[in-house]
Amino acid sequence: MSRPGGKQEALLALAGAAALVAIAFGAPWLKFVLTIALAKGLAVLGILLLLRAGQVSFGHALYVAFAAYVVAFLAPLVPEALVLLPLAALGAALLGLVIGLFVSRYREIFFGMMNLALSMVFYSLLEKFYHFTRGTDGIRVQPPRVAGMALTRDGYEWALFGIALGLCLVAGWLARIYLASPMGQALSAIKTRETRLEFMGISARAALLFAYVASAFLAGCAGAIIAMTTRHVTPLLGYWTASGELVFIAVLGGAGAVLGPFLGAIAFELVRVYAAATLADSWQLILGSVLLGVILFASRGLWGVIEALLRRGRRA
Amino acid sequence: MSVLLSARGLRLAFGGVRAADGIDLDVMQGEFLAIIGPNGAGKTSFINMTTGYLRPQAGSIAFDGQPILGLPPRKIVRRGIARSFQLPQLSGEHTVLENAALAVAAHAGFWSPWRALLRPEYRRDAEALLDSFGLLPLAHARADALNEGARKLTDIAMAVALKPRLLLMDEPTSGVAASEKMAIVETLVRVLRQAGVTAVFVEHDMDVVARFADRVAVWSQGQILALGPAAQVLEDPEVRREVIGIEAGPLLP
Ligand SMILES: Nc1ncnc2c1ncn2[C@@H]1O[C@H](COP(=O)(O)OP(=O)(O)OP(=O)(O)O)[C@@H](O)[C@H]1O
Ligand SMILES: [Mg+2]
Repeated sequence: MSRPGGKQEALLALAGAAALVAIAFGAPWLKFVLTIALAKGLAVLGILLLLRAGQVSFGHALYVAFAAYVVAFLAPLVPEALVLLPLAALGAALLGLVIGLFVSRYREIFFGMMNLALSMVFYSLLEKFYHFTRGTDGIRVQPPRVAGMALTRDGYEWALFGIALGLCLVAGWLARIYLASPMGQALSAIKTRETRLEFMGISARAALLFAYVASAFLAGCAGAIIAMTTRHVTPLLGYWTASGELVFIAVLGGAGAVLGPFLGAIAFELVRVYAAATLADSWQLILGSVLLGVILFASRGLWGVIEALLRRGRRA
Repeated sequence: MSVLLSARGLRLAFGGVRAADGIDLDVMQGEFLAIIGPNGAGKTSFINMTTGYLRPQAGSIAFDGQPILGLPPRKIVRRGIARSFQLPQLSGEHTVLENAALAVAAHAGFWSPWRALLRPEYRRDAEALLDSFGLLPLAHARADALNEGARKLTDIAMAVALKPRLLLMDEPTSGVAASEKMAIVETLVRVLRQAGVTAVFVEHDMDVVARFADRVAVWSQGQILALGPAAQVLEDPEVRREVIGIEAGPLLP
């Protein structure tokens, strides 16, 4: 099968990144939207890793919310973005390890539901422990310093946008390397031929656990960026609809390549902003129709469409 | 010759069905042992028990003098027992080369997320492996596009990549066109002799058994009816009547 090579994908990624920077310059109010979109793209990249193994998590907003609350709680103590972000992401990865040891025994619908159930438990904890989390009111996050500098509002937004964009490029690159490695290639064997792996001396559970912890880490990065960007965290970050949204974006963007999640996330957030602005209350309708269209006419998602265009371009 | 694998008193029942009903079997170092017998006799179940996939209700299995019963499949593989499958277990969306390289990686050092599966040394080993099986021309074909013979061989090649001391093959030629069977057998004999691998294989085709096996074990309803040198067992009138399904008499050309 002819697929775009690594170089072509890297070029596309850099061109996309440049385009985003240009948009952020041209329409400064979109910086915020794009930062959130890139953050979600990171979380969806984690969903993609699990999708490669044929597993769908309907609970990954748990890690997004967990990291966001880590930022909210620690920001007064360590007001530095470059410390908060890795701390929150590592915290999410650690939680992912603990939960992963348990859920990596399950497959398919049980895997999906187990993740959903745990995320719902976490959501209700956030809601119920009011004196600690302030319940549905949520917690305000004071903007931290970035690399020791207290920035203006605009500078702070640029900094977070830059951090998110840089993280996306690095994470996409690392995910690509991982997916090409034996451990990454074994993920699709989990999907189709799991017993074969065991008979080759490989623990399928351990292979899935690695992907799971990586996905929790990525969701943690997303949660930290979202918390610092919106500067307000609420339990809704971990609500089951937020988990569903991540899966939605994964399908929209396409799981064929690491660019898919970012394409999906940016398209999703932009459509949401413009749809909300032009047609109030029709957001769900538009979203549903778009998803139907993707499933019916472009089952490999937006990335699949681009891939087809590239192939046609090369042949012509 | 020393005993490599030793099974004693294996019992396994699924409800009322007896897949193993007191199996005693020694596999000798370096031999090719064929298991024959009708459908449902418990041949695959024996492989499943030996590789840790099924746990017998009674009995013991020792490999190289060490008990292996109760170990999970992946630990038994690491001790040196590999298997191929009645229905080849390939990753359909990967190429033959990638499937082979995954097996090479599984043996050589799987747990590195940084280096590509098709790194030069794994690619070289996988290509050498495919070459020895005559599969190199198909290296870049997707596994789900192969014919049954090539699928079987790829499946077996993946087991051989694990450098086992004992290889268990479940019907290596079933589903393969009659005209291709002997070529597959010749390939297997050559590769396995060269690698010094002891082999147990389940087979329904008596021509294949006659060409490939040193000894033959005849299975029926979870029991071993007869065990001995191939020539002797295949000529046994009772075995031929009961199991092979041809009347006693010389094997006519
Ligand atoms: N996991 C299982 N659950 C229930 N019954 C099983 C299971 N595995 C095997 N059996 C039954 O045990 C008996 C022996 O099966 P086995 O697969 O070992 O036979 P076989 O000799 O390999 O047959 P074939 O030549 O058709 O492959 C059969 O009756 C089969 O239906
Ligand atoms: Mg069988």
